Amino acid sequence: MRFGGLTAIDELSFAAPVRQITSIIGPNGAGKTTLFNCITGFYRPSAGSIVLAHPVRGSLRLETLESHRVAREAQVLRTFQNTRLFPKMTVLENMIVAQHNALQAASFFSLAGLFKLRRYRLAEKQALEQAMSWLQRLKLLEFANIAAGVLPYGTQRRVEIGRAMCADPVLLCLDEPAAGLNPRESAELNDLLLELSRESGISVLLIEHDMNVVMKISDHIVVLNYGRKIAEGAPLLVRKDPHVVKAYLGEEDFQEQRA
Amino acid sequence: MRAIFPRQALSIAERLRDAGWIAFVALVLGVPMIGLTTVDAGNKLVVHTRLPLLMEFVAACFLGRLALRFSLDKFAQRKIERQAQEARRTVQIPARSTLPLIKWLGWWLLGAALVLPLMFSGNRYVVDTATTVLIYVMLGWGLNVVVGLAGLLDLGYVAFYAVGAYAYALLSTQFGWGFWQSLPVAGGLAAFFGLALGWPTLRLRGDYLAIVTLGFGEIIRIILVNWTELSGGPNGIASIPRPSFFGLPFQAPSDDGVQTFAGFFGLEYSPGQRVIFLYYLILLLALLTNLFVTRMRRLPVGRAWEAIREDEIACKALGINVVTVKLSAFALGAMLGGLAGVFFAARQGFISPESFVFSESATILAIVVLGGMGSQLGVVLASLVLVLLPEIGRDFAEYRMLLFGMAMILIMVWRPGGLLVRREPAIMAPAPMQARP
Amino acid sequence: MASIIQQLINGLTLGSIYGLIAIGYTMVYGIIGMINFAHGDIYMVSAFIAVTCFTLLAAAGISSVPLALLIVLAVTVAFTSVFGWSVERTAYRPLRGSTRLAPLISSIGMSIFLQNMVQVTQGARVKSIPPIITGGIDLFTRDGFNVHLAYSQIIIVMVTVALMAVFTWLITQTSFGRQQRACEQDRTMAMLLGIDVDRTISLTFMIGAALAAVAGVLVTVYYGVIDFYIGFGAGIKAFTAAVLGGIGSLPGAMLGGLVIGLIEAFWAAYLSAEYKDVATFSILILVLMFRPNGLLGRPEVEKV
Repeated sequence: MRFGGLTAIDELSFAAPVRQITSIIGPNGAGKTTLFNCITGFYRPSAGSIVLAHPVRGSLRLETLESHRVAREAQVLRTFQNTRLFPKMTVLENMIVAQHNALQAASFFSLAGLFKLRRYRLAEKQALEQAMSWLQRLKLLEFANIAAGVLPYGTQRRVEIGRAMCADPVLLCLDEPAAGLNPRESAELNDLLLELSRESGISVLLIEHDMNVVMKISDHIVVLNYGRKIAEGAPLLVRKDPHVVKAYLGEEDFQEQRA
Repeated sequence: MRAIFPRQALSIAERLRDAGWIAFVALVLGVPMIGLTTVDAGNKLVVHTRLPLLMEFVAACFLGRLALRFSLDKFAQRKIERQAQEARRTVQIPARSTLPLIKWLGWWLLGAALVLPLMFSGNRYVVDTATTVLIYVMLGWGLNVVVGLAGLLDLGYVAFYAVGAYAYALLSTQFGWGFWQSLPVAGGLAAFFGLALGWPTLRLRGDYLAIVTLGFGEIIRIILVNWTELSGGPNGIASIPRPSFFGLPFQAPSDDGVQTFAGFFGLEYSPGQRVIFLYYLILLLALLTNLFVTRMRRLPVGRAWEAIREDEIACKALGINVVTVKLSAFALGAMLGGLAGVFFAARQGFISPESFVFSESATILAIVVLGGMGSQLGVVLASLVLVLLPEIGRDFAEYRMLLFGMAMILIMVWRPGGLLVRREPAIMAPAPMQARP
Repeated sequence: MASIIQQLINGLTLGSIYGLIAIGYTMVYGIIGMINFAHGDIYMVSAFIAVTCFTLLAAAGISSVPLALLIVLAVTVAFTSVFGWSVERTAYRPLRGSTRLAPLISSIGMSIFLQNMVQVTQGARVKSIPPIITGGIDLFTRDGFNVHLAYSQIIIVMVTVALMAVFTWLITQTSFGRQQRACEQDRTMAMLLGIDVDRTISLTFMIGAALAAVAGVLVTVYYGVIDFYIGFGAGIKAFTAAVLGGIGSLPGAMLGGLVIGLIEAFWAAYLSAEYKDVATFSILILVLMFRPNGLLGRPEVEKV
């Protein structure tokens, strides 16, 4: 991926296996969010390909799809580094909007919805149930009818994850979900992510700076620096990798540590 | 708060200095506008002075500022005291449903709208004005879809109103179509124009869309002025047939055997009957619009409109096709504007490009924003204010629009969020699941 | 050929005036992100002040054209700046921090107010003053077509060029310019760094009004005919120019103004005078379709 003369991501290749949590770490500016933007169709990579093995639709080339099709057809959902909720809409509405495509199909160009036909009412009820069950699971029920924008930061992060889950993802990309969480919230998030990948069968891609989170729950870690992959592997391996230590601590500190 | 920042009461000297400064600005502004004026004397201009008037103006500004400052301070003081009192009380949970007052207001207004022509059946002026209010209400509700819900700034809404009006005018005068036949066609045509404008431009960022829509409105108006063969040019189109009551025209009984409304119901003919009929017709159209928009808002499309207004990128990330959703808002808004245009043409019996100038777009937009973006009831209140204000102001003749502009600024400054800011969620959690805090 | 050059001259003259007004739009948009609909009416007000001023000078018997022009420019700019300041202070500052549309509606209200204020105080009739700068140079004649360059046109273009130079210096070299640009990029941060944001915004409005006032004087000199309604048309054109050039970009506003002036002159001369505005807006739409940020606007990377 290039921006003018700047190459943000170069010669990167890795795989994110099903039902696993793959973490992407690296110093600021390493290209982690850019990578997410490429995967979710917000940027179009200047070269290379991103393939998703979709359980139903077979293999999909994500880099050829527009962002909304990545979410709709490939079912790759994401959260954002600085949460992007619909601030004036309630938490529940946020959850329902995430199910737009299913509901829209049921509403048959809004006609079935306008005349309140049975099939639309059923679909709406289902969507509501789905939303409520996620709200319950994420302990958000009490906020259901409150405007999302007024909630505290940590709660907003949970709402955003719940919203992505409502859209029924195959691959969930989380951009620093633990940022701004207190230790207790962060521990709860760990449990939730493990649960999601183990029980719901979702692949999770995780960008995170909090090493407590990364080391505890990742199955696999990819380390980026200046847009290149400098290491990859299981948490314990990556932690000891000299390139990684160097990238994080800098050259001199690295020498000192060795000495 | 009070303990930390004790409010400093302004001393008399400070108040006088403040008002003096305002008076000075008023003097500077007043000299070229009020103090001096050029008057045509034969072939050339001569300058006249109006010193007494200027002095009165400056004095008025000085005293006005003193009074304003004083009352504002009093108001602020009371507000702080109230807040301090409230802070002492326990924290209250915000009420979940809308204020009952607002809910009642809607029904009350509807009731009043239904009985109005019966109360004022003899007073044509009242019913006519009420009809105008309702046209603006309908236009406001239509534009509300585009601006209030989808958050797309449309400064050329009047173009679709014109498309509807001219479509009916042409269909009826050239092809003899009736009102009800023309209604869906004209609405569809307006929606098509909406699509045609929206398709290339909806990818643009908010304010670019504003100027493009403004330009589109002007393009339509200029074409109407200049394409004389089609639109009659500046002279417009006259003798547009009025809508009939299920085929019964409103006219004086004649000898040619045409069954009229008055004749059919055995009533004495009076021109007021048509006025009242038109009133109920636009009331019906407006209520249908309201029902339609309220329902749409609770559907996936409607929620997607609002979601796009809130955060477009998040919408894309959730798989929503932003372009089609925006287009649907644009086309539906255009269609509703077109329908209102059909009614307008049928009511006036005569249309010309004069009725479709930018200031109309601005007024409709002002109705939506003053009402409180996205609020259906707010649109009604704002239409009442913006239509009735100039009507009341008729006594002031030339100062009418001056006061109108001033009122627009004052209302905006007074309530920047609009008259009704409260937003009703489009879907509520089922009651038993609501957790008790 | 000869007539093309003539239209070029006319278009550049007209474009200079649009450009001067457009700068006011673009600066205000840059700093507080609002479309100031009253800006065209500020220009209209300045034209009225200029007419009064010219008439007074004529009555006072000042016959030197350069002197009269300088006095009128100074007086009009001074008074109009106060108008710009007052408009911002009363109608927009109380709305800072509210929704994007609130100041827009307020500015529409202000536009209606200013138009009717002038109509009430100065009369609704068209005002015309005798031509102040007469004569010109006949450049050359070819195919029976005489290319004429009026002195007033020379003055308009010269004043515009000079103002642009001063203005560029003001924005790029002075501390006000730095503060202005800082506020444009991040108002909160600018405030935290001790920049008086309110003052900077006020000054921006005054400068915008001053440039509009120069345009108002130039128009009075060029056409000699004004009424209370000229602000609307010129305002829309100038706003279009600002968007065409890339709103927020100062050279863009000037370029946009020139482009629109040229389109109008050529379209009116060769195709149809009635549809010249249709051409302007259509070209705007076309340009925006292919360059969504205008001709000189910075391309915006969608920040995700």
